[in-house]
Amino acid sequence: MSLIHSETLVVNCLRCSWVDPFKFHCSKLSIVLSRFVISAMAEERRQKQCSVVLPTESMKAMAESVGVGQLQEDSCVALSEEVSYRIKEIAQDALKFMHHGKRRKLTTSDIDNALKLKNVEPLYGFQSQEFIPFRFASGGGRELHFYEEKEVDLSDIINTPLPRVPLDVSLKAHWLSIEGVQPSIPENPPPASKEQQKTESTEPLKVVKPGQEEKGTIQGKGQSTTTPDGKGKEKGLIRLKPRSTHELSVEQQLYYKEITEACVGSCEAKRAEALQSIATDPGLYQMLPRFSTFISEGVRVNVVQNNLALLIYLMRMVKALMDNPTLYLEKYLHELIPAVVTCIVSKQLCLRPDVDNHWALRDFAARLMAQSCKTFSTTTNNIQSRVTKTLTKSLFDDKTQWTTRYGCIAGLAELGADVIKTLILPRLTVEGARIKAVMEGPVVSNIDKIGAEHVQTLLLKHCASVIAKIRPQPDNVEQYRAEYGYLGPMLCSHVVKARTQATLQAQQVNRTTLTITQPRPTLSVSQSGLTGSGGPRTPSIIKVPSSLTLMSPRPGTPSQPSPPATKYIVMGTSAGAASTQQVRVI
Amino acid sequence: MEHDQFKFIFKMAAVQGGMVDAKDELDIKSEPPSDGFGNSNANDGRLLSSSPGAGTGGTATGNNKPAPGPPEEQQTLLAVLQFLKKSKLAESAEILRREAGLPEDALDPKGTDASGSGPGLAAGSGQVDGVDASSLLSRVTVSSSAAAQAPKKAGEDQPDVSVVLSAYSQQGDPSLYDAYYSGLKRFIESVLDCHRAELSQLFYPLFVHMYLELVYNNNESVAKAFFEKFSGDQECYYEQDLRILSSLTKKEHMKGNETLLDFRTSKFVLRISRDSYQLLKRHLQERQNNQIWNIIQEHLYIDIFDGMPRSKSQIDAMSGSLAGEARREANKAKVFYGLLKEPEIELPLDDEDEEAENEEGKPKKKKPKKDSMGSKSKKQDPNAPLQTRIPLPELKDSDKLDKIMYMKESTKRIRLGSDNLPSICFYTFLNAYQGLTAVDVTDDSSLIAGGFADSTVRVWSVTPKKLRKVKSAADLNLIDKESDDVLERIMDEKTASELKILYGHSGPVYGISFSPDRNYLLSSSEDGTIRLWSLQTFTCLVGYKGHNYPVWDTQFSPYGYYFVSGGHDRVARLWATDHYQPLRIFAGHLADITCTRFHPNSNYVATGSSDRTIRLWDVLNGNCVRIFTGHKGPIHALAFSPNGKFLASGATDGRVLLWDIGHGLMVGELKGHTDTIYSLRFSRDGEILASGSMDNTVRLWDAMKAFDDLETDDFTAATGHIHLQDNSQELLLGTYMTKSTPVLHLHFTRRNLLLAAGAYNP
Repeated sequence: MSLIHSETLVVNCLRCSWVDPFKFHCSKLSIVLSRFVISAMAEERRQKQCSVVLPTESMKAMAESVGVGQLQEDSCVALSEEVSYRIKEIAQDALKFMHHGKRRKLTTSDIDNALKLKNVEPLYGFQSQEFIPFRFASGGGRELHFYEEKEVDLSDIINTPLPRVPLDVSLKAHWLSIEGVQPSIPENPPPASKEQQKTESTEPLKVVKPGQEEKGTIQGKGQSTTTPDGKGKEKGLIRLKPRSTHELSVEQQLYYKEITEACVGSCEAKRAEALQSIATDPGLYQMLPRFSTFISEGVRVNVVQNNLALLIYLMRMVKALMDNPTLYLEKYLHELIPAVVTCIVSKQLCLRPDVDNHWALRDFAARLMAQSCKTFSTTTNNIQSRVTKTLTKSLFDDKTQWTTRYGCIAGLAELGADVIKTLILPRLTVEGARIKAVMEGPVVSNIDKIGAEHVQTLLLKHCASVIAKIRPQPDNVEQYRAEYGYLGPMLCSHVVKARTQATLQAQQVNRTTLTITQPRPTLSVSQSGLTGSGGPRTPSIIKVPSSLTLMSPRPGTPSQPSPPATKYIVMGTSAGAASTQQVRVI
Repeated sequence: MEHDQFKFIFKMAAVQGGMVDAKDELDIKSEPPSDGFGNSNANDGRLLSSSPGAGTGGTATGNNKPAPGPPEEQQTLLAVLQFLKKSKLAESAEILRREAGLPEDALDPKGTDASGSGPGLAAGSGQVDGVDASSLLSRVTVSSSAAAQAPKKAGEDQPDVSVVLSAYSQQGDPSLYDAYYSGLKRFIESVLDCHRAELSQLFYPLFVHMYLELVYNNNESVAKAFFEKFSGDQECYYEQDLRILSSLTKKEHMKGNETLLDFRTSKFVLRISRDSYQLLKRHLQERQNNQIWNIIQEHLYIDIFDGMPRSKSQIDAMSGSLAGEARREANKAKVFYGLLKEPEIELPLDDEDEEAENEEGKPKKKKPKKDSMGSKSKKQDPNAPLQTRIPLPELKDSDKLDKIMYMKESTKRIRLGSDNLPSICFYTFLNAYQGLTAVDVTDDSSLIAGGFADSTVRVWSVTPKKLRKVKSAADLNLIDKESDDVLERIMDEKTASELKILYGHSGPVYGISFSPDRNYLLSSSEDGTIRLWSLQTFTCLVGYKGHNYPVWDTQFSPYGYYFVSGGHDRVARLWATDHYQPLRIFAGHLADITCTRFHPNSNYVATGSSDRTIRLWDVLNGNCVRIFTGHKGPIHALAFSPNGKFLASGATDGRVLLWDIGHGLMVGELKGHTDTIYSLRFSRDGEILASGSMDNTVRLWDAMKAFDDLETDDFTAATGHIHLQDNSQELLLGTYMTKSTPVLHLHFTRRNLLLAAGAYNP
């Protein structure tokens, strides 16, 4: 019960002149009373006894706070008892309304209705739908409930846009069961919850006595997973590991085949559908080991064959798996993470590194990596620190190629501003010198030059926003050059740009209704490119929405159909690089 | 024992008004429930004096009389009487006394023993008709002979009239209550096992009454200590009531507390074997434990039976209601549970059907089956009521068409069974923001209606056919009334939509029901009204006022025209759509009526209540013909089996109970749900029972097996002692989890597809 509820209650309780002799100060008292109701109720909860009444000292305190000086002890007692009783009575009636409203939560309207039932005018204006939590602050040896009320600036309320109109009620039908079998569709709950999958993987084996292990396994084979309890009961205390079925049903096998074929096949529409299915279907956990192996093997083979398109498809599958809320992926990270890292830092990912846009794949994989670090990194598996270590090592290595270098920087940069600050910013001078050597020195190879350009763009993009935050205002080109070397002047202009943009944004947000729509980066290989260039293995044109280079904390959803306003960019030219550099936020 | 049971009858006699009279004249033994009703009604009248009581109907007359139902009102009357006597206004006093049905000796503090109550009763019942009075008299003579030994309340030491007659005036020393109770406890714990279970039933009512006595006599601290000491011993299913009791610590609180009124005015019914009862009696007499004996005499009704004492599980199965078990005789009336004969409608043989049969290659087999079905319906069921017992509306042409549709559909019906489960189609209400409070589906499954907490009723069409309004009057004039498709022409195409919203209520809509012909929709609301909506014009036609408090549920009769409603005022009302006042008032429940259902033959109405009982009422005369006890929480769902023989009920305790209506017995218990059951439905042929609950599951039960396994031998039928098998797990055919969507409604289509509905509740 929230504070507002009880407030309603108390005010009404007192208004109804149940406590005649003390009526005179009731009206004043009521407002303050509410504060104490809460503490009484909390106490009630703790003691599990219902004979709790409001403490009399509170009555006194309240009386004083509203200017009633001397409230007698017996008045206090009578008041507190009466009020406690009435509150309980009304709460019991309100529960009735909750039951008939088919809800589990008591709302203010229930209290109002309960008051109406008692022929008491309900309190108008209290509409609190959301849950108001109990919070306690302890001091002076006792616990106090408090209700956090933020100060609200009226002009803020006036200036903020009206909230969106809530969606209207609508009706949607789905199959809960088909002839007794519940289909695994997103509308139905997953057959095995995430917690269940987790316990299965983390505590696979309960205590099994060595002598009886054999007997147990025999039993386990005869028993289907659905009835382990019945068997366990008969056999006493031995608890067997529930055998997880690794055989897939015919339907599941068909599904697996269809999905994997669609994911790496040539039809983009089918792929989108398949990825959508992977990302939403609740019943995939049994196929998860197979998907995971499929991806890791696929990456292994296709890296060797330099098949960029397939690598992209596989990464999109990883993304879809990670998007599925019903899957417990922790068990398969050992296969997925190496695959993803491979796609970030591999020396060569495509047949024609000078033309193909393997950079986008690296970016995408880097974002995936960052996301999995965020979701799966724990103190036991230390994913983030291990990944960071690996990436830094090859970044610091002088012999690292431009492609790998790009991947390392992208991978690190996606991990957040802190990582950029501690690991990339100190390297700026060194990297700058290296880029300078390629750009201004004798032409070694086109590939190197492109690589250097990309690294440069990447560094500028990621570092500018971080520097804008940590560096004080006047941006002096000379200072920048002194500090960051070759990249200094460019960095300086980027930082300036970033700052103006930030202020612009802030203004717009402040002003009013402008919402910032940030198109989620998408990545897809255009169909025309595939068919046009003869071999489906070598897409030369990659359709990239112009928002590709946006900083995005999470990888985008490649499974989404790409927005119509996408450009065809021939990758590998400076024009392309320039266009991807635009940061368009609004 | 009997004598005391009737001591309150004279108090009662004048209470009744309208329908209730008829009921109690017939069966005076169901006195405690109606006593409770009298109280609640009087109470209502008091509370609602300010509200516009339009159309209160039959009860209004009852309310307006000085009904001396609850003791405190009687006290007032007695005080007035005393005043009149003091002022030597003998004639007025006599008139008042007669009108209020008070005994002649009411003012005589010493004369409270039952010997004096004979003439008083005769005078009191002067207003009811002669038959009743004589029956009352005859009973009283029986009782008065035994009454001499009845220990009387403390008339001697407390001359004040109001105190003399108050139910909880005290005799014993408050500090001894503890000793009394624990003495009894020790005794019951020491008796033989076979009696212990039976006698343990005494604990709860005794505990409650002793506590209330203590409170009434202002022994607050003693009462508190008493409560704390013994409340833990009570059965867990009384916890809810105990909670209410615990908050009640002052005499002033007792005024107007409903739960308390129930305890004071209705006798708690216990069923105890003769042996156990003798044992108890002997013990109490030996110990001179008058305090407890008094309570037993005054507040309990002990239904003694001959034979073996019941076991603990047998008792537990039947107990749990607010006022103990049902008396045996309460369930003895004959109930015509058979179905009415279906009117004969010639079924035009459809070519399609023929083809389908030919394809199946067994055209011969189906024909005789159809015939047998026809002949079955022609034969009069011996258990069925007379066709004309309740006047039913005549069939219109459209109804006949619908019947034909129904029969066609039923030939395509799937035979369900334990190995042939129905498919379930779930209708989820999205964006309902916890506001969905009621759902109903038409019989032909073409429309779904939802009642919402924001007072709206929304009707959806779930077939491609959209909802259209009838044209306005001006436009209707332009239509050629002779044309064949006039019914089509009167509809306004412009208004076609999938959803229509009905505005009119001023509170959450808790009950909703389509008429069988799909022309009307009923909705009942927190605002105390029931509204009838036209589904042709999508406007409100009538607002039925009568319940002054929230109306929790309403339902149309399976034949239309009649409908039943029940609400917070503890009264169920039967209405006809063309009367703005109720035709019948079913009074007797001790707490809110939470759900109402019509029997398939429309002759009976079942109501479930928060007093944890289910009652079956006869529509013809308004009598309560069955009381089913056994639930441990408020009942929220009821369903009759299609053959009319059985009733299923679901409650907040998560259990489904099955009842044999003919024998008045509990015949099954289905355990499995973990939260309130809001919806129950039998499949069209009665093979499967589906239950939907707040725990987000739909469960299917093998109803066929549950009813087949019954052994209703004569002994069981006579005593009502049932042995329930614990076979819920065998009967459970399937559990289907939804995605955090409580299941509020279930419906089997004519082809036995199960539709479920609920609001997604993220």
